[in-house]
Amino acid sequence: MAASGSKSCLQYLFHLAHDHLDFRLPEIKSLLALRLKPFHPCGDFKEQSPFWCLDCLSEEDVCTVMARSVCAKSAFELWGHGRTHSELRTSLLNYPPEKMSPYMQKGSSYRINVYTFNKTLLFEDRIKKIDALDYLPFEGTVSLKNPQHIFCLLEDYGTDPNNIPEHPNYIYFGRWIADGQRELIRSYSVKNRHFIGNTSMDAGLSFIMANHAKAKDNDLVFDPFVGTGSLLVACSHFGAYVCGTDIDYNTIHGKGRSSRKNQKWRGPDENIRANLRQYGKEDMYVDVMVSDASKPVWRKAALFDAIVTDPPYGIRESTRRTGSHKDIIKSPDGLYSESHVPVSQPYHLSDIFTDLLSFAAHHLVLGGRLVYWLPVHRPEYCEEMVPLHPCLLLISNCEQTLSSHTSRRLITMEKIKEPEELDSLAHLSDPRFIPYQGHNAFREKYFSGLNKRSAKDDTKSDVSGK
Amino acid sequence: MKLLTHNMLTSHVKGVTKGYPLLIKATEVKVNEVDFNPKFVCRMIPKLEWSALVQAADQLGHREDLPGELVPDYEKNEDFLKKVHRVLLEVEVIEGCLQCPESGREFPISRGIPNMLLNEDEA
Repeated sequence: MAASGSKSCLQYLFHLAHDHLDFRLPEIKSLLALRLKPFHPCGDFKEQSPFWCLDCLSEEDVCTVMARSVCAKSAFELWGHGRTHSELRTSLLNYPPEKMSPYMQKGSSYRINVYTFNKTLLFEDRIKKIDALDYLPFEGTVSLKNPQHIFCLLEDYGTDPNNIPEHPNYIYFGRWIADGQRELIRSYSVKNRHFIGNTSMDAGLSFIMANHAKAKDNDLVFDPFVGTGSLLVACSHFGAYVCGTDIDYNTIHGKGRSSRKNQKWRGPDENIRANLRQYGKEDMYVDVMVSDASKPVWRKAALFDAIVTDPPYGIRESTRRTGSHKDIIKSPDGLYSESHVPVSQPYHLSDIFTDLLSFAAHHLVLGGRLVYWLPVHRPEYCEEMVPLHPCLLLISNCEQTLSSHTSRRLITMEKIKEPEELDSLAHLSDPRFIPYQGHNAFREKYFSGLNKRSAKDDTKSDVSGK
Repeated sequence: MKLLTHNMLTSHVKGVTKGYPLLIKATEVKVNEVDFNPKFVCRMIPKLEWSALVQAADQLGHREDLPGELVPDYEKNEDFLKKVHRVLLEVEVIEGCLQCPESGREFPISRGIPNMLLNEDEA
């Protein structure tokens, strides 16, 4: 679809899914940034609205965004809009006829869809709305099954389901260009995934993370808390080569108890590589290893284009790192048997984030992104709690609510400079780290809201190294 | 374990100053075909420690006559890129271990997966 020069200044209408509202703007901005395009809304932009009008884009830009977005449902070349049908009419009749005519010619086929947000219309009402557009000079024939061109009338009845107005608040008409990738949420559902765990990230959020990370063709993406590899699956879908590490030997080797309801033990070949194979992406698999994210096993160099991860918070999985304990018993000959599993100690959340940011500053390429989840206790949350690093620029911070008092925030940062000697120490004196300092404060608060006694017990068992 | 990964790994045994590159002691090596993608290979080459890659490939008997020095203008040399591709992504160590060149500590590789965990007193 070669867009001619005159086409490059058209307006486009994005129809967003009314789901994960916080994550939509950073996703679309990241995908536009991959094409070095600005996010330029026109008119009265409301982030919460399902309809966004964007300027300064070409049709090709829109198509490439739609080829990746899981937040957007569809995109249209906007021909007209208004608060009422008569405003829409005026707007459409003002649209340059030479931009409409290529899609309305004799011999072509078309159909018109009617989409209403926050209201369901009867079939005959839809037909009436289409008939009311008879002032548009369509010369082609209608084909419902296989049209060459699809047009859409979109009506916005607001976002309050308890207060649906009789007439729409706003109306748009445009030529359909492309659909987003909502379908991936179903086709990559963890329900049908070969290998899963208790904390496997759902498909929609995994793709959102891969998009926030700008994971793309020929990138190398790393997940230091890889688990069952859900985030690697999403990144590999967008053409990135992937690798990961996890401290849990059984997870990496796909052994031990199954997370499935009707299955006690994991079957053979339940592993991350098999997950990639399931989606035809085994070629993107580099490696996974058993390794402790707090230890420097990677050569000091800018190796990764993106780091995408879901660190353990100690709620559904334990936070651990290897380290010394006073009560270690070595065998008499001083050797560890081959199956020796090093004792792990609790890995405090504050340390996880300090290590993660510092790792990203050293091992990301310039312009590379770190995307990770930060758990927060909602009553206490303030923006200052988000860890910072002098080499990493905060790009976005989106909330997903987990309960009345807890949520997790998806943090996206971009590496803006190479670390210097001083930078590695800068964050230590930063008062912003205080909320995560000491013990697993988040974990304690999480349980305090549920059951005070069980929280106490959990803290005890945590200290004993489990 | 692929040699791309090996090229990025280093020993983290306590007190070791020169833990790179890790020596490979392989008892089982496999070649798994992976789609040739010259763009990815070109992007990885500047990130590689070239001599470590050649040495590792040599140890496994898969040097593919790679030169000791990186050739100039490799972007256009498809023949060369195909050899690098094979060494980086297709040659895999299935069983064996990685050895720290300074302390001699061995990190086992089983079913193709290295285990980089250290014991309590080594970290």
